[in-house]
Amino acid sequence: MTAEPEGFVLTADVLVLGGGPAGAWTAIMAAERGASVVLADKGRVGTSGATAAANTAVIDVAPGSVARRHVIGRRLERGLGLAQAEWIERMVDEAHTRLRQLAEWGYAFARNDRGEIYRGSLRGPDYMQLLRRRLHKAGVRLLDHSPAFKLLLSDGEVVGAEGLTRAGAPWTVQSDAVVVATGGCAFMSKALGTYGLTGDGLLMAAEAGARLSGMEFSGQYGISHVDATVTKNLIYDWATFSDERGRVLDGGDVFEIVARNLPFGPVYAIIDKASPAIEEGLRQGQPNILLPLDRLGIDPFRQRFPVTLRYEGTVRGVGGIAVDRNCATSAPGLFAAGDAASREFVVGAVSGGGGPNSTWAIASGVWAGEAASDYAARNRPRGRARPAALAERANSQASGNLNADACVSAIEAIQSEIFPLERNFTRDEMTIRGSLSRLDSAWRAFETAKASSQESKNSHRARETAAMLASARWIYASALQRPETRGIHRRRDYPGCESAPPRRLQIRGVERVVVEQAQ
Amino acid sequence: MIELVSTDRCIKCDACVDACPDNVFDSVPGEVPVIARIEDCQTCFLCELYCPADALYVSPLKEERERVDEATLIARGLLGSYRRALGWRGIKAAGTERDLSHRLPEPDGTPREK
Repeated sequence: MTAEPEGFVLTADVLVLGGGPAGAWTAIMAAERGASVVLADKGRVGTSGATAAANTAVIDVAPGSVARRHVIGRRLERGLGLAQAEWIERMVDEAHTRLRQLAEWGYAFARNDRGEIYRGSLRGPDYMQLLRRRLHKAGVRLLDHSPAFKLLLSDGEVVGAEGLTRAGAPWTVQSDAVVVATGGCAFMSKALGTYGLTGDGLLMAAEAGARLSGMEFSGQYGISHVDATVTKNLIYDWATFSDERGRVLDGGDVFEIVARNLPFGPVYAIIDKASPAIEEGLRQGQPNILLPLDRLGIDPFRQRFPVTLRYEGTVRGVGGIAVDRNCATSAPGLFAAGDAASREFVVGAVSGGGGPNSTWAIASGVWAGEAASDYAARNRPRGRARPAALAERANSQASGNLNADACVSAIEAIQSEIFPLERNFTRDEMTIRGSLSRLDSAWRAFETAKASSQESKNSHRARETAAMLASARWIYASALQRPETRGIHRRRDYPGCESAPPRRLQIRGVERVVVEQAQ
Repeated sequence: MIELVSTDRCIKCDACVDACPDNVFDSVPGEVPVIARIEDCQTCFLCELYCPADALYVSPLKEERERVDEATLIARGLLGSYRRALGWRGIKAAGTERDLSHRLPEPDGTPREK
């Protein structure tokens, strides 16, 4: 290899970390409000993140409509006491406006069978390519292939971030506000589009003092062909599941059917309840669902195929950085949007997979962009005067260099605690305590190894590993403090819901993890 | 996982190196990009989608290597098939107006009403 590429330092009003839909909306909104904006993504804006690889439903309901009342009522009911009407209302109303804006920008929505424009579905690759174009138009400076490693702090305020490009160039962006939109954490399960979603932003935020919430609602897996990665659960609404001998399996939702039966042998699905119109809708509307099956020579509407559950963590789960109604975190100068933020107020105790999460990405992105640019405007004179030397690192150990083998074995250790259905689809006190104790040891061993390592090439993977370790510990530490079953937090030892009203848990800390009851 | 970068078809534009969200390829000046870190491939098909020369093939298999033969892939019409299914014009997004997802259930999972 050639010499290390040279590093660079940039200054901006607002720095956005992560360029999926939430980060893109954030950056566009902040720039349109007059802020200078840098957006850094660990991949490439346009193909990075869970949305770019997939299609996503989005909630589009008109203010005052019956559909809006229905959707809000249904979300409240499904949220099992933890979703709030006011948050859902603000979210769907914001998205309703922004989906129209997206059409003005050039997204060609289809018309339904009655000839009306239908805005309830976004094709990921197309949507993200359009948002990339809008980012350029808005004057946002894009740093592709530039993972962030840590936030910069000054007097307890977040004033930028540092990272390393994939080519190895160290970068620093000094800013008056930072928005974390790095997505959730799916622990490299290879569920479609989630490989880069390793909780990096959650770790950076927690190091800066931010709290997280909803982390216990994380028993979230997607159904996929056993050998493939596409975890679009939509088609299984029309599926019949069966075992090796062809016996039909049912009882509970589709995830419960698969989870309950996988320990006893292969589980098969066939999409035999889809009418010809639905089949055509799936083929024409969701080509990426059928792509792997087509390539495997499987006609899923007529042939059964073996399925498995792939862990989706906090991507389709609930938890993330706790935010207020402006998407501000509890760390001054730090905001969060999209799957990096907790979605507890909009989805409650259940998965926001598909529609709610993509709607939240738009709404929270807009709110974070507006609030961060306003915050930057208020703090500008002081912020600009701040010399770089004053900025201390959020955590001086955080850059973490480590050799590849140590990362591989640490990641395997994390996955063996977080993927097994008997540990994470359902849980009990014994499995949680066992996982927590092993993860705590793994964390300490990792910190020790990091401190004594001199290698620099793998600091990117080392940082991802640390973020996954931290996320796994937050998941189980929160799960331990909720002795009940609610939504996608399923406790074998407490099968029922606690009597109302449900408690909200927040969690903070990296070295020492603390769970507290919140409002 | 990514299985094929066709040396016959590749125009050495490095679009796949840039499009890959997970840094799987390495660019080689004046040469066809190399698949350098296949273990990091998440089988998202996006490099294939962004290849203007239909030179790439992503196998649907997540872990196992699929032995592919370029002539067979061409005969089966698989090179560039994802982009054609979406209706893209080259590497420019297009075709969303033919999206039939409105026939599928509501975003919250309930059956479409009316």
